[in-house]
Amino acid sequence: MASELDLSRDRLDAPFARRVEELSGENPYACYQCGKCSAGCPFADYMDALPNQVLRLVQLGDESALALSAPWVCASCLACAVRCPKGVDIAKTMEALRILALRKGISPAPAGIDRPYPQIALVGAYRKLTP
Amino acid sequence: MKRLAYFPGCAMKDQARPDEAGTLHALALLGYEIAEIPRWNCCGTVYSLAQDDLMRHVGPVRNLLRVQGMGEKRVLALCAMCYGTLARSARFVQEPERLARINAFLDTEEDFRGGIGVVHLLTLLRDEVGYEKLPSHVKQSLNGLKVATYYGCMLLRPREFAVDDPDRPEVMERVLEALGAVPVPFPERTECCGAYLTVGRKDIVEERVGRILRSARGGGADLVVTTCPLCQFNLTERRPPEAPPLPVLYLGQVLGWAFGADEPTIAALLVGQPTPGEPVSSGGAR
Ligand code: SF4
Ligand code: SF4
Ligand code: SF4
Ligand code: SF4
Repeated sequence: MASELDLSRDRLDAPFARRVEELSGENPYACYQCGKCSAGCPFADYMDALPNQVLRLVQLGDESALALSAPWVCASCLACAVRCPKGVDIAKTMEALRILALRKGISPAPAGIDRPYPQIALVGAYRKLTP
Repeated sequence: MKRLAYFPGCAMKDQARPDEAGTLHALALLGYEIAEIPRWNCCGTVYSLAQDDLMRHVGPVRNLLRVQGMGEKRVLALCAMCYGTLARSARFVQEPERLARINAFLDTEEDFRGGIGVVHLLTLLRDEVGYEKLPSHVKQSLNGLKVATYYGCMLLRPREFAVDDPDRPEVMERVLEALGAVPVPFPERTECCGAYLTVGRKDIVEERVGRILRSARGGGADLVVTTCPLCQFNLTERRPPEAPPLPVLYLGQVLGWAFGADEPTIAALLVGQPTPGEPVSSGGAR
């Protein structure tokens, strides 16, 4: 006999999701997983989870999202944000995940430095990669 | 003369000097008295997207406070990233509770009252100067030079701070047309180059830059024009060997040259260009 399928909405109100919402100001449950963000993300090929999948993990309250490299590959270009039909700014969700990972000390941020680089990039990188 | 407060940002004093020089030359001819804001500091380059992170607004707000101190209501930025960060921070701290907290933290003699506008060179040229005013100042026409207008991200996103339609911008094309250039079709003009990923993920940036440059060359461009020093760095220094080596110049550099400033790079590009009146060649590989 098939096991019971739990469709309860309670599963979708995880503390982790609320924390991410608080930090990002974006409601993760507004996303209906259409995938438009991932289709247009110029960096999706390099991510270990697509932007919509990252958001799905957040919806499910799955903290393994913090160990992903995807938020560190996201360049905050906002292509997803201007295209989302539900008005979700995933770049903000990605930033919230980076910040949580940094604050918890589990940052999978890129460690190397590619020289040469201009000061503008270095300032940008240290603002993004440090708590 | 119309006084206009100006925030240069670090790049304009270093890597992007030709942008500042050309812009200041042109704006003087257009009747602006440019007043660099005193004791400015780095705006922080990237805008913080977190809600609880007021610390990262201190940099931009200090600059806005100095604009207030000058008795000005708005400030000009040239760098696309400075523009984005300053404009968005100005809006973020407009909220009274945030403004009170940041003022308590800054602990300066004068509180920041908010209400400072941030303008980019492009919107200034379109909305205040007007495209139609530009040709009368042109001393040396760009003479049919084919330009790929690279907007990148910060000029167009997020929507509330976009200098033009985020999907179909035309302001840079219109300005360059007024200077005698011919904008080419350039599908990748609004796609991100990878920005600060250049510090730790050069591999990603190189792939992006290859696509962007091939797209520009595909349209027949002789050069790429941008307003962002980071785009300029990535498009030149992170160009993969197989991508076309197009020159990448700043908007202000091109504008200044057309208005008579000395600019060796553009002069060199124009050698071998058709003279006015002659048909412009169909582009393609050179
Ligand atoms: S585009 Fe918006 S709604 Fe669609 S998957 Fe992405 S975040 Fe969700
Ligand atoms: S902001 Fe991040 S997730 Fe969104 S399109 Fe750009 S790189 Fe992708
Ligand atoms: S954004 Fe850049 S150029 Fe602008 S001040 Fe900051 S680091 Fe410097
Ligand atoms: S294209 Fe690249 S560097 Fe330029 S504004 Fe976007 S992120 Fe910036």
